[in-house]
Parts: sequence; structure tokens; C-alpha cells
Amino acid sequence: MSASQNATPPIIQMKGIEKHFGSVIALAGVSVDVFAGECHCLLGDNGAGKSTFIKTMSGVHKPTAGEIIFEGKPLDFADPRDAITAGIATVHQHLAMIPLMSVSRNFFMGNEPVKKVAGLTFFDHDYANRVTMEEMRKMGINLRGPDQAVGTLSGGERQTVAIARAVHFGAKVLILDEPTSALGVRQTSNVLATIDKVRKQGIAVVFITHNVRHALAVGDRFTVLNRGKTLGTAKRGEITPEELQDLMAGGQELAQLEGSLGGTV
Amino acid sequence: MADTPQIDERIKEISPLRRALIRPELGGIVGTFAVFTLFALFAFDSGMFNSQGVMNWSIVSAQFMIIAVGACLLMIAGEFDLSVGSMIGFAGMMIAVFGVVLAWPMWMAIIITFVICCALGALNGWIVVRTGLPSFIVTLAFLFILRGFTIYIPQTIERKTIIGGIRDAAEGDWLAPIFGGKIGQPIFQWLGDIGVIGVFERGTRAGEPVVDGIPMLIIWAIVLIIFGHILLTRTRFGNWIFASGGDAEAARNSGVPVNKVKILMFMFTAFCATVLAVCQVMEFGSAGADRGLLKEFEAIIAVVIGGALLTGGYGSVIGAALGALIFGVVQQGLFFAGVESSLFRVFLGVILLFAVILNTYIRRIITGER
Repeated sequence: MSASQNATPPIIQMKGIEKHFGSVIALAGVSVDVFAGECHCLLGDNGAGKSTFIKTMSGVHKPTAGEIIFEGKPLDFADPRDAITAGIATVHQHLAMIPLMSVSRNFFMGNEPVKKVAGLTFFDHDYANRVTMEEMRKMGINLRGPDQAVGTLSGGERQTVAIARAVHFGAKVLILDEPTSALGVRQTSNVLATIDKVRKQGIAVVFITHNVRHALAVGDRFTVLNRGKTLGTAKRGEITPEELQDLMAGGQELAQLEGSLGGTV
Repeated sequence: MADTPQIDERIKEISPLRRALIRPELGGIVGTFAVFTLFALFAFDSGMFNSQGVMNWSIVSAQFMIIAVGACLLMIAGEFDLSVGSMIGFAGMMIAVFGVVLAWPMWMAIIITFVICCALGALNGWIVVRTGLPSFIVTLAFLFILRGFTIYIPQTIERKTIIGGIRDAAEGDWLAPIFGGKIGQPIFQWLGDIGVIGVFERGTRAGEPVVDGIPMLIIWAIVLIIFGHILLTRTRFGNWIFASGGDAEAARNSGVPVNKVKILMFMFTAFCATVLAVCQVMEFGSAGADRGLLKEFEAIIAVVIGGALLTGGYGSVIGAALGALIFGVVQQGLFFAGVESSLFRVFLGVILLFAVILNTYIRRIITGER
């Protein structure tokens, strides 16, 4: 991965991003760059500014100061639709899938394929079903049928459907907002495997998490956010789980706790 | 699981019964069978199943169907409209005011009424999506506002609550027969001649069939059902309706114009109410201030019997139409069977309760909750 990083410029660069909400400084100068085909983990405790940061990246918030450079050009998104069109897709932890609707209806929600019959525009169910089954198989999920309701899928499978959907619709940068935080062990490993598959397709993955072990399992580089600031980016192999954990917690307090907890956190 | 062949993977488990159970129309289909069987057994000789009887409950069912289609799509989009009944009364009164009191041409009165009512539907929807208030409250307000105006306007200008003379005003109009006319008269005359349906024995209409055509009301019901069903299941807009009601936030994240969908569904509900209102005033020849009373609840009950979830995101237009059919058949069937008609309300309450319980159970199957 490091070879490609040296050869090609990053697909997206966030330079000195600041975001203020009234008198609250949510982000105080955060710089992160992400390369195509890498999984960049963004770690941070609750309130560290992770959400604000990815919302800035995906066009929900406008930065108060700083610059976003996407594919070599400075970016100025008016709204999230612009970001999606440009190829920056966000998969939210919740609010991604509608349980009562079928997988294929969910997969194409907002991007329904259409066909013309006698001058009228109809939802092309055959195409939608075929593509859904194909994409799901690629991700290693065997559906009973494209009309299976998303509600019958596990949390991990739902995340995978959402990721497959973003990839299918041409995401170049995929932002995953805590995709594993509500999942069990096996479902987590499924989602991590999906992330690996997506990365190998040359897509830049931004993986937000507060679980160090999940990050270390797939991450190529790690950036820790704390109180609206970056505490630096480390490459895989350059940092230990303990160091990451300490950075996230802002150093001291957890170091004291560590002893009594026996390093289980 | 990994070593099973690819083909087997997709057709495993799920019994056909369970599969049938998660179709929203199931309750409606079973209910329809049950109701017809019951009345065929106990009221077959009452005249309920001769041509006049069939036409009788078909018309009543069609009235329910027209408003149920609108209510169904709106409920799937995640909202209610409690102002449907008042809208029916209001629309009818508008026709009378424009067409009779102001003596405008009937086609103009009809078109202006449609425009006003759809605009009111849009206002309902706009307030709901703008304020984020439950549509229950917003449309409850409109239930009273519209009913109030429906009584106030004729009281003020005509000093009465019923305005007649609509049939005369509609005479020779090109648009009015689309709501108040009948079609298929030659076929019914022929059916009468060959003795399939009864003919009048004496009087001025001797020789004419007792049922002389299909009222446009029924045609409207069928057209709206087909339109609604195709819109919901076969178009991208239909997918947006499901998505808006299933989870508005998730739909928005995926780029579905949720607010637009909801406002359009409020307008469609108002449109359906107006269709029924125009058909009614053309048939009765008058507009009454009390028309459409309680219709909003009957529409919602028909939709729920048809398998739609009150919480939105799931349902079927065909189901709602069957719910409306059950309604019409039972209401008129009890009359034919000579049962006290107030028992109809008891029936309504009971069947509503059953339908909601069944739907909740089905929802659990779909979403995989235990």
C-alpha cells in the first residue's frame, strides 16, 4: 500500500479543517489525506469531532476554515447530493436501510433503474433484482431472493448491503460511520472482510470507529482525533494498540485505569 | 451452508404459507372470501346477488374504494389524512356554490373545485412536512376547519345547508357525465332482452333493464385502483412512497425527495375525496353540509383491513380495495339479510381490531423480530 501512496497523490485531502458551531469549536484544524485503495481509520472517543469531520467531508457541513482537495481540485459542496455525485458516499451506522422493504428496493432506493413501456416510465424490477443478487454474491451474501426484506438480514449484512450499494453507484471515497459498533463478533468480521474487498477494488475507505481492535484488523493508516484536533497519523505496524488507545483517551487517565482493567479495554 | 450448491441457496426454507402470509393483501383476500361465503349462505335469496343487489353493494363499495386508494398511498407514505370526510362535504359544496349559486358552467365549477381541493391537500402536506407535527393533528384541524366552512358558506349565502339544482345545472355539460353518467347501456339492454337480468314489467320504463348501466363512480374506483397499484409497485415513485413511509431519514440520506412525495400524496388523497364528492353531487343532484361524515375513518379502516401498517412503509392498494369491498358488501349485506344496521358498526370495530393484530404479527415476520 505504501508504494502506491508515494506514486499517486491522495484522492482526498482535508487541510487544516476548522468547524465552529457558534461559540463551540468542534474542529480546530484537522488535516487528513486518504489514498485510493487504502483503509484510513479515523479513531476518536465520543465528542472528539469524528462526526463533524465526516459530515464536513461528505458535504453536510461547510468548514469554517480549511480546504478540501478532491482528485487534485479544491471542493465546494453545496449539499450532500453534490458529494454523492462526485463519488463521496457515506454509510451511516443507522438510517441506511428500510427494514420493511426488499433488498433490491433498498439497494436502488433513490437511484431506481427505469425502463420505458409505451412511453411511460416504470421501475425496472428485473434489472434491479439481477444486479442486487450479483452484487450481494460478490460481497459473499447469499440472499434467499431479491424480494427478501432487509428486516430479515442481520446488522452486519445490512451494513454490507449499504456498502455494496455505495460501491455499485460509483463511490470513490467510502465513509463508514461506526459500521461495527452495534455488531456481534461474527457480524463484525463479515463487515471487516467487506471493507477489505472494497479496498482491493481501489476505493478509498474512511473507517470511523472507536474500537482499536477493529481498526487494526483492516486499517492501513490510523488518525486519532481528540478534542477537535489530530494527534497525528500512523502507518500500520508503526503503532501498537496500547499507544492508539492512549491517544484516543488523551493519554493519562486511561494509562492509570489500564492497570486495574488488565488491558481489556 | 457454504458447501451447498448455488441454486439451492436461494430456494431454501420459507414455507409457501409463510411466504403467502407476508403478502399485504392476504387479510383482504381471506376476508373477502369469508364475507361472500357468509352472505351466500345466509342471504342468498334476499336479492343481494341479483343484478340490482350486486349493483347496490358495488356502488357502496366503489365509494369506499375511491377514498381508500388515496388513504392507502398516503398511509404507506407514512401519513394520515383525517380531513377526507370534511373534504368530501367541502368539495360537494364548492360544486354547488360555483355551479348553482354563481351559475358558472358545470365543467368550470368541477375543475376549479379540483384545483382548490388539491391545493388544500398540498397545504395539509406542506404544514406537516414543514412543522414536523404529526399529520394526525394537522389534518384533525382541517377536519373541523373544512366542515365548518361547508356549513357556514351555504348558511350565509342561501340560508340552508343543502343546495340543490345541480342536476339541472349540469344538463348538457361535457365534463359532468364523466362523474355522474353511466356507461354500457346497450350491453345491459341486450342482457335484459335475452333475460339474463330482469326488466321492468310495467310503467313508463317497461322493457328497460332494472340495471341500465355501470355508474361512472365504479369506473373511477377501478381506474384509481389500477393507477394506484401500478404507481406503487411498478414505478420509481412507488419506491419513494414506500421509502418515505418506511424511514424518512434513511430515504432522505439516499436522495429520495421525501417532502415532495408526502405533499403529493396529501394532494392525491384530496383528489380522491373530490372525485367521490363530484360523483355524489351529480348522482344526488344536491350538495349537503353533512356529506362525507366519518368517511376518513372508514377509509383508514379499509386500508388497514387491506394489510397496510398504520406506521407506514408497508401496504397494498389491491388490499385496500378489497378492504373497501368487504365494507360495502357487509354494510349492504346486513341490510339485505334483515339484520339491524347498527350492528354494522360493531362489525367494523371488531374487524378493525382483528386486522391490526394480524398486521402487527405479519410485520414481525417481515422484519424478523421474534
